[in-house]
Amino acid sequence: MPETNGHSNGTPPPSDAGNGNGAGAGNGNGGGKVGTLVTAAKAVQARAVEEMKETIKAPEKTDVWKSILRVKHDETPRSRALGVLSNVFLHLHPAKINRDAVAYDYTWGMGGMTFYVYITLVFTGTLLMFYYHPSKVVAFRDILYLENDVPFGKLLRNMHRWGAHLMVIMVELHMFRVFLTGSYKKPREFNWVVGVLLLVLTLLLSFTGYLLPDDQLGFWAVTVGTNMARATPLLGHAGPFGAQLGMTPFNDVRFGLLGGSIVDSNALLRAYIWHCVAIPILASAFMVVHFWRVRKDGGISGPAPMVLESEIKEIKKV
Amino acid sequence: MDLHQLWTILSTPDNVPIVLLLLVVPFYTWYGLRQSFANDRLIAQLEADPVMAKTHHRKTQPWQPGWAREVHVWPYLLRIELLAAIILTVILLVWSIALNAPLEEPANPTLTMNPSKAPWYFLGLQEMLVYFDPWMAGVVMPSLIIVGLMVIPYIDTNPLGNGYYTYKQRKFAILTFIFGFIVLWVSMIVIGTLIRGPGWMWFWPGTTWDHNRLIFEVNRDLPDLFGITGKVGKVAFGGFVVATYCIAAAMLVHKLITWNPFNRKIYSRMSVLQYTTMQIFLVVMLSLPMKIAARLLFRIKYIWVTPWFNI
Repeated sequence: MPETNGHSNGTPPPSDAGNGNGAGAGNGNGGGKVGTLVTAAKAVQARAVEEMKETIKAPEKTDVWKSILRVKHDETPRSRALGVLSNVFLHLHPAKINRDAVAYDYTWGMGGMTFYVYITLVFTGTLLMFYYHPSKVVAFRDILYLENDVPFGKLLRNMHRWGAHLMVIMVELHMFRVFLTGSYKKPREFNWVVGVLLLVLTLLLSFTGYLLPDDQLGFWAVTVGTNMARATPLLGHAGPFGAQLGMTPFNDVRFGLLGGSIVDSNALLRAYIWHCVAIPILASAFMVVHFWRVRKDGGISGPAPMVLESEIKEIKKV
Repeated sequence: MDLHQLWTILSTPDNVPIVLLLLVVPFYTWYGLRQSFANDRLIAQLEADPVMAKTHHRKTQPWQPGWAREVHVWPYLLRIELLAAIILTVILLVWSIALNAPLEEPANPTLTMNPSKAPWYFLGLQEMLVYFDPWMAGVVMPSLIIVGLMVIPYIDTNPLGNGYYTYKQRKFAILTFIFGFIVLWVSMIVIGTLIRGPGWMWFWPGTTWDHNRLIFEVNRDLPDLFGITGKVGKVAFGGFVVATYCIAAAMLVHKLITWNPFNRKIYSRMSVLQYTTMQIFLVVMLSLPMKIAARLLFRIKYIWVTPWFNI
C-alpha cells in the first residue's frame, strides 16, 4: 500500500477485513451496489478518523511538520541545540550559554530589550506611515486624523512615542552595564565602537522623528537643534572661520540638513526620509554587525571568573 | 512653594521619561555597584588565600563540582526572552493607554515657544549652550563625546574586570564613567528639563515660572576683569589662561592615574599615544565643570576672547 497518510512510521491503515464480505458477492440485486458503496465509504471514513487521531496525537510526526521544522522534536540535548541553531530567528543565539548569564543581574536584559523595542518601533512606525504625508499643512492634519478617527490611531502614536523614549533610556543603560562589567575589553573593543554608533543612530532616529508631527514642540526643538549646525567650525556660516571660508546661510552645513535656510517643507521631507528610510537601514545594518560580533567575539562577556591583581600578565612587546 | 508649577513640569508628557530616568539611573547604579562590591569582597578573600584562589570557581554565583557550566539556550534563555518581551509589551501598552503623546499647536515660525527646548536627550547639550558658544557646545563637544566614547576600549589598558562587576580593580575607569554619564550627562539633562524655565533662566523646583522675570547679572569676560583691553592683549591673556588650565588639568589627571601602586602598574602599560589620547579627552571633559563653576560662581562669560572664536 503506498503511503499517503503522511505518517512515516507506517502504521498500516485499518484493514478492510470486516467490510470486504458483501462487496464481491454480486448477485444482481439493486440494493447490493448501494450497500457496497456504503460499506466502502464507511471504511474510508473509519480510516480517515484513525489517521486524524494519529495526527492530533503526534503532529510532530507528520511530513508537513517535519518539512517546516527540519529537526526532530525530542527531548535530547542534540535536538535542543539544533532547534536553536537551525532556526533562522533563533540562530543568533548559541546552543548553550554560561549558566550565570541567564540571570537578570548580570546583563539587566537591556541589549535584548532594546532590540525588542526597536522591532515594536519598526512595526508601529510602518503602520503610522500608512496615515502620514510628509508635507506641510497635511502632516499636522494627518496627526489629528490619526488621533481622532483612525481606529487605535492614538494608541499607535502613543506606543511609537513612548517606545522611542524607552529605547533611548535602554540604550544608555545598556552602555552603562557594558561599561560596569568591562565588557568592552579584549576582544570586544570594536563591538563597543559599533555600539557607540548605534547609540548615535538611536538619538538621530528619535530626533528626526520629533519634527514629523509638524507641531510647535517639534518645530522649535528641531529649530534649536539645527541652529547649532550653523555654528559648526569651518562648515557653518556663524561658526569659527566659517565666514572666512565663504559660508552663508544658503550654502552651509545647516542648509544641507534642512534643505533650506529655515525649518520648512523641505526639512520635513528630509526628516521623514532620514527617519523612515535611511537611518533605520543604517541602524539595522549596524545591529546585524553588533549581534554578529557578540557571537564571534566569544558570546556575551560573562559573568566570567574573576582575575586577581597578582595574575596580570605582562604585555607582549613586539 | 508652587506645587502646581512643579506638577505641571513633571507631568508634561515629554518630561515623563526624565522622571523615569531619575528613578532607573540611580537604581541601576546601585544594582551594578552592589554586585561590584560583592565581587570585590570575594576578590579580597581570594587575594588573601592562595589555596582558595586555586580551587574556587571565582564567581559570587553558586557553583558546585558536577554542575554544568553552561545551560541550553532552549529553554533556559528563550523562556526569559519571551517573558521579557511580554512584560515590555504590557508596560508599553499600559503606558500608551494611560498617557497621550504630546501634540501642540501647528508649527508656527512667528510664534516662538518660551522656553523652546530640544528633545530631552539633547537637553544636556542645550544646557551646555549656557557655558559655551554654539560651535563648542553644539558641534565640538558632541563630536568629542562620541569619539571619546569610541576610544575608551583602546585607552583602557587595565586587563582586570573583563566580564564581571568590580569597583576595586577599576576604580579610575568606573569613577570617570560615572562622572561623565551621571554627573555631566544625566544631571545636565535633568537641569535642562526640570530647572530651566522661560528665557532659559534658573528656576528651582517648586518656584513659579515667571515669564517677566529679569535677572540683572552682567556676565563679564575674564580679560576685562583683569583690565586687559587691547585686542592682542586679550588673545594673549586668554590663550595663556587656557594653556595654564590645560597644563594644570593634565597634571591633575596624571596625578590621579598614578595615585597608587596599582594605578601606576596600569599606567606603565600605556603607550604614549594611549596616554596622550586619554589626557586630551579628560582635559576637555574637565573643562566643562570648570566653565560651569566659572560661570555660576564668578559670572564669567568668556575666558579666551579672539576675533575668530570665544571660549
